[in-house]
Amino acid sequence: MAELDGLAVNIAFYVLAGMTLTAAGGVMLSRNLFHAVLFLILSFVGIAGFFVLLSAEFLATAQVVIYVGAISVLVLFAVLLTPRAGRDNGETKMLLPAVLLGVSLVTVFLFVIYNANWPEANSVQELSVRDLGNALLSTWVLPFQLASVLLTAALIGSVMLSRSAEEDAEEANG
Amino acid sequence: MTLTLEHFLTVGALLFAIGLTVALSKRNAIGVLMGVELMLNATTLTLLSFSRFNDLIRPVSGQVFVVFIITVAAAEAAVALALAVSVYRQRGTVDVDKLNLLRS
Repeated sequence: MAELDGLAVNIAFYVLAGMTLTAAGGVMLSRNLFHAVLFLILSFVGIAGFFVLLSAEFLATAQVVIYVGAISVLVLFAVLLTPRAGRDNGETKMLLPAVLLGVSLVTVFLFVIYNANWPEANSVQELSVRDLGNALLSTWVLPFQLASVLLTAALIGSVMLSRSAEEDAEEANG
Repeated sequence: MTLTLEHFLTVGALLFAIGLTVALSKRNAIGVLMGVELMLNATTLTLLSFSRFNDLIRPVSGQVFVVFIITVAAAEAAVALALAVSVYRQRGTVDVDKLNLLRS
């Protein structure tokens, strides 16, 4: 299956694109921070759908488990743990420069995308999860091990950072 | 109508630009973090579409890259949100306009 054509694939692509970009726009435009997080989750689900469309089933599963499952719960907890900070999702006075930078960036990107001479995929071989696992544990085994060190460091670091002063005092006394 | 690499790259570019605008303009630190997450997702989508539509390189490289990006993004989100909670305990706010101790 080298080419993505057919009615169903096209419908899936445009529905997913509309959903993902609308949800991302919702993150930008919604006034309530809680609603923005919910829009972010919808955007993550759309990206997982794109992964399925690009025949990367394992990564789509990982996207749903890690982003939709874990990271969004983490963001929701952070919103709930900062109650007096307000639920306002307003902008700083850098809004206009930020929008201008975004628009000019997307202009440059689209210019490059539609003018570059991308190589054509003639014989796309399907990748199985077995191939991905073999590659991770042979060619990329060193970065794979480093990733576990990074995750341990992040675990210890975030626990240390989010401890409150009372917990530190209890630890010192008891 | 055949879907080509350009279609997927366009979605990735638009998503990245929206994420950048969110990250640069939001007043709440958690909102800034959500913009960063959107940009990381746009990057993974771009890498994966290159991996799918290109048979010059071994296509598994793109997928391995996406695995590592997801790992680093998870670590980054955990540490950044712990920082936000810690800053909130110290200052009572996560408004990036009010976190200007180093300015004076």
